[in-house]
Amino acid sequence: MHTLTEDQAAIVDAVRSFATSALAPNAIEWDQTKHFPVDVLRDAGELGLGGIYVREDVGGSGLSRSDAVLIFEELAKGDTTIAAYISIHNMVVWMIDTFGTDEQRERWVPGLASMDELSSYCLTEPGAGSDAAAITTSAVRDGDEFVLNGVKQFISGAGASAIYIVMARTGAAGPKGISAIVVPAGTPGLSFGPNERKMGWNAQPTRQVVLDRVRVPVGNLLGEEGDGFTIAMKGLNGGRLNVAACSLGGAQWALDQSIAYLRQRRAFGQPLAAQQSLVFAIADMETELQAARALLRVAAQSLDDGDADAVALCAMAKRFTTDVAFTVANSALQLHGGYGYLADYGIEKVVRDLRVHQILEGSNEIMRLIVGRSLLEDSP
Amino acid sequence: MKIMVLVKQVPDTWGERTLDLTTGWVDRAATDRVIDEIGERALEVALSRRDANKGTEVVVVTMGPAECTAALRKALSMGADSAIHVLDDALAGADLGRTARAIAAAVSGTGFDLIVAGNESTDGRGGVLPAMVAELLRLPHLGSLDSVELTDSTVGGLRSTEHGTATVHAALPAIVSITESLPEARFPSFKGILTAKKKPISQLSLADLGSTFAQTPGTVIRQATAKPPRTAGTITVDSGTAAAELAEFLIAARLVPSPPTR
Repeated sequence: MHTLTEDQAAIVDAVRSFATSALAPNAIEWDQTKHFPVDVLRDAGELGLGGIYVREDVGGSGLSRSDAVLIFEELAKGDTTIAAYISIHNMVVWMIDTFGTDEQRERWVPGLASMDELSSYCLTEPGAGSDAAAITTSAVRDGDEFVLNGVKQFISGAGASAIYIVMARTGAAGPKGISAIVVPAGTPGLSFGPNERKMGWNAQPTRQVVLDRVRVPVGNLLGEEGDGFTIAMKGLNGGRLNVAACSLGGAQWALDQSIAYLRQRRAFGQPLAAQQSLVFAIADMETELQAARALLRVAAQSLDDGDADAVALCAMAKRFTTDVAFTVANSALQLHGGYGYLADYGIEKVVRDLRVHQILEGSNEIMRLIVGRSLLEDSP
Repeated sequence: MKIMVLVKQVPDTWGERTLDLTTGWVDRAATDRVIDEIGERALEVALSRRDANKGTEVVVVTMGPAECTAALRKALSMGADSAIHVLDDALAGADLGRTARAIAAAVSGTGFDLIVAGNESTDGRGGVLPAMVAELLRLPHLGSLDSVELTDSTVGGLRSTEHGTATVHAALPAIVSITESLPEARFPSFKGILTAKKKPISQLSLADLGSTFAQTPGTVIRQATAKPPRTAGTITVDSGTAAAELAEFLIAARLVPSPPTR
């Protein structure tokens, strides 16, 4: 059993108390009505969830990646969708804190860390998903400004966010021609598509971000010109850990619900818990989640330590955890029978929410590519 | 300004609460232990004063066994600056009078301006402790406030009574108790949790409080019995007069006012 430090246990307790009181009682309603609870996100910011591994001088919590995966697992037990949005927001805030100048950090991070302002990560385009280095959104230097043109696809928080980090092409084709540029809400030429209708993740908006001759000062560039792809990928390492942790929490919640249901539901004259096939089912669910949790914690530790294999471990943890967690959630639905299919029980929502975790933050096929290539490159 | 906040660790309000029948005391091991929610709201009153007025000092005070440290740590992680824990095995099972004397002794001489408490705890529900502490300390007491107005030299607020609303105020130092109309407490922040460990908790034994507390409590529980199991209630079968029977039943049980006599 992986034991938590006293501090970690206290932090997880605080997150549990927030998730059970502020998220869980509303999760089904928010999903059904597609409500994005920005007021509750502000409460999350008060807790310190807006900049979990961001430095304290700009309002961050200064915690580690290992702490973050514990936090996101617990948060997702309350609401997987809101936990996942907070994960994306943290990725953006960390990018500004890590690659921004002091001036940029002081300008943008405090409002984001408190979650008074929200943020969006804009990499994917209608024609460039897994092949992210093929993006065509352009940023052309004009005096002291960049002029951005292009369309970003599947952008979480779009329309509600105050800050958009846009990966745009400032140079030649390929990854080295991409820069990361901060575009604030309200900049003329910045607009949004309609809220997408989707399978899950209904409590957060997903829209296109349309950039039509959007002008921002050159001071909004993160890092140097051409650093954008590297910055975007580094952000995703942590993003993968966090979204995996969200899957783990959602699936663990579904398993916990299933255990209670097996004890309480009777069929053929006895509780379902007396059916050996169902006992085996929950045993497998628990085993796979524990295996995922162990891998996830190793990956988080490797990112904390800056190990050379951290990128591959984050990819492994993301692929394995999101796959296993989806299967567990789907099994939980099966164990609940018809009730699992009803919105009121919350199980079908978790299944719908977790499905997309196998696709985003780098699809699980891309995760295999990262892991496989790292093996071939490292071998003599 | 120095504000003392009285908090109490109680069995989780949403859990099954049981009595230990051999002692007649609350069985603390039977459920999760939490800070009484009304005590958290009292702490919020103090913390929001401090948010707006730098230099305000907030001290949480409790009496209870060693496990109450967890409640104090939580209060510290929410933002209190320090804590006082009255801790002595000889105080186990202390009645309200003895508890009030211990708390009064613990806070006297600390130079506080205001004591804030909840109006009653969810376990004992005595509802008189703040008044008793006020009496012992010879301080003005404003009980069961639905709102609190605090200035540098006065405290006041609104109290709902059966007949209306009273606006009350007193000069500091004073003691107030609040109701659940006051805002919910904030969540502890991660930074607060990590710094709470370094904040001081001073433990006071009976000896530290002075010799007057060596006395035995004024009341002792002689015997406790479990609540009898619920029995089936009255069942009315409608044979045309059920409505009248139901009304009579409710009136007899004083669950609705009697009809005016003609």
